[in-house]
Amino acid sequence: MKRSIVVLSVLALAAVLITVGCQKKVTETIKIGVAGAHSGDLASYGLPSVNAAKLVVEGVNAKGGINGRMIELFIEDDQCKPEVATNTASKLVSDNVVAVIGHICSGATKAALGIYKDSKIVTVSPSATTPTLTQSGEYPNFFRTIAPDDAQAKLATMFIKDKLGIKILAVLHDKGDYGKGFAELVKQYAEAEGIQVVLFEGVNPGAPDYSAIVNKIGNSGATAVVWGGYHPEASKLVQQMKDKGMDLPFISDDGVKDQTFIDVAGKYAEGVYATGPMDTSANPMAIKAAADHKAKFGDDPGAFFLNAYAATQAVVNAIQKAGSTDFEAVSKALRSEYVETTLGKISFDARGDVIGFGFSVYQVQNGKYAELK
Amino acid sequence: MDYFIKLLLSGTAKGSIYALIALGYTMVYGIVKLINFAHGEVYMIGGFTALIVGGFLSTLGMSIPVVLLFSILASIIYSSAFGFTIERLAYRPLRNKSRLSALISAIGISMILQNFIMLAQTEKYLPFPSYLPDLPFLQPVREYINSTQFIILITTSFIMIILTIIIKFTRIGKAMRATSQDKQMAQLVGVNINQVISVTFVIGSSLAAIGGVLICSYMGQINYYIGFVAGIKAFVAAVLGGIGSIPGAVLGSFILGWTESLGTGFISSDYEDAYAFIILILILILKPDGILGKNQKQKV
Repeated sequence: MKRSIVVLSVLALAAVLITVGCQKKVTETIKIGVAGAHSGDLASYGLPSVNAAKLVVEGVNAKGGINGRMIELFIEDDQCKPEVATNTASKLVSDNVVAVIGHICSGATKAALGIYKDSKIVTVSPSATTPTLTQSGEYPNFFRTIAPDDAQAKLATMFIKDKLGIKILAVLHDKGDYGKGFAELVKQYAEAEGIQVVLFEGVNPGAPDYSAIVNKIGNSGATAVVWGGYHPEASKLVQQMKDKGMDLPFISDDGVKDQTFIDVAGKYAEGVYATGPMDTSANPMAIKAAADHKAKFGDDPGAFFLNAYAATQAVVNAIQKAGSTDFEAVSKALRSEYVETTLGKISFDARGDVIGFGFSVYQVQNGKYAELK
Repeated sequence: MDYFIKLLLSGTAKGSIYALIALGYTMVYGIVKLINFAHGEVYMIGGFTALIVGGFLSTLGMSIPVVLLFSILASIIYSSAFGFTIERLAYRPLRNKSRLSALISAIGISMILQNFIMLAQTEKYLPFPSYLPDLPFLQPVREYINSTQFIILITTSFIMIILTIIIKFTRIGKAMRATSQDKQMAQLVGVNINQVISVTFVIGSSLAAIGGVLICSYMGQINYYIGFVAGIKAFVAAVLGGIGSIPGAVLGSFILGWTESLGTGFISSDYEDAYAFIILILILILKPDGILGKNQKQKV
């Protein structure tokens, strides 16, 4: 008995010596977390960021890292659920990450942000667009490489008023943080611009049938429909509207500006408007990133890939410029330094919103989203 | 008035969608006294099977009616096999244990199947091709009811009649009723209850498969999660009408569909689920066994 204890403690001591020995040779890595929906039905929004972060980090590490220190990624799944996101955040905090790329969905981001704020971790989301995340001023650690919903809603409203000339509007949403936020802003701006909002309602996401609400739209006299939410419900709505012979303009948000929407809705998608991030397909860095993605992962990158790529580039740049991983220094560098990214030359304003990148209106034409100038 | 009729018809269409799934729920409950939470998943698997088989046959260049027929057949066979296997593996070993064990087992199976499909197929939403014909005589009234809704309504009514006939007038139906009343006595008079219960599950799963094909055609999309949402609503409908009763499930589904549709139309769709559950609570207070449920006296 005694002997085995002695042997064990010798072994343990040896193990400690070995690990200490190892650590001395290699400088400590810079740990960056990547969080978002990597499983579940919104995984198609989250997985591209993982690939983006991997590609950026691979490039940086191949060139010798940041000031000689390698970057290490910690990838955690939050399934876009706020209750999972808090666990994800705690996990990343205990992994001692210095920055997080994520989260993807606004609800999950909000849930996680408080935890990062307490631990002083810079958080750069490629896709969380709820305005209050930056405008409340509550989260000085939060940045995003996407314009907030109010910018999107403002653009959508002006488009409805000026380009489509709509006077009477129906606004529907999916009762979620993202969709309802967008819908409420459109309603607010539309009423300020003198457009009459005759219908403002939430529908149950995932329901098989929306014919009742479609009847209600028909009865309300609206001449256009705004949808705040994601693509699964949007495709059912446009399908059931067109099946009833209602051919109203359908205007939606970034949650619908995804090729999956067109794939699922098929011919019914034709003519649908959606606001989405500006087209960056002419940006050489974006082209290279997409090509690298194709070479490494075998397919075209998905939603928010370029935003996540730029977010990672911005974080890497800020750490480099700051010369440390100190929270104050990094967040100051994010705000003051301009960096050339896949989205163009960007920086962040005092609240954490991106400068140099915004939204455009798109329309489905011949099975593809085309940017309307 | 026109608006009211439109809403009533969309409620009817919605109700027939719920009824297609609720029929299988209620049938299994009626015979085995088990709330088969995996029923929604079998419905989803039925839809996926039709999607895969239909896609394959379409690439072979077959005509749409042939594709529809074979994909429905394939999904019935595949879903029945699932239903049969689920009963054998997850419910039969627990048949003489407390009812709660089988219920938990059912919830577990439901999760396993959802995740299985998510991993084996995809987590994305897929387009579901519309195999159902566009009936020309409904074209003028498509504002009120379209052909897919009409086909679902007809199929639901037809299935309800067939099921009632099977249970009331056939030999296996008699055995089912006997098993439902008293398993032990049924066994004593020579009913093979294992076989009867397997047949019940096979029929229930076939109904789910037909529902899967029709409802996915209507929605135009499929995803591994659709069974959960539909299953919950169908369950409410079945309880509303009196769980275990075949006409009750259909009646409950229609009441649910009408309530949701009229509530959406005249009040707000924000509280769509609330209307459904208010009706459920009212009915359960006034008539605890559901509208058409049998009042079973509990022996103390």
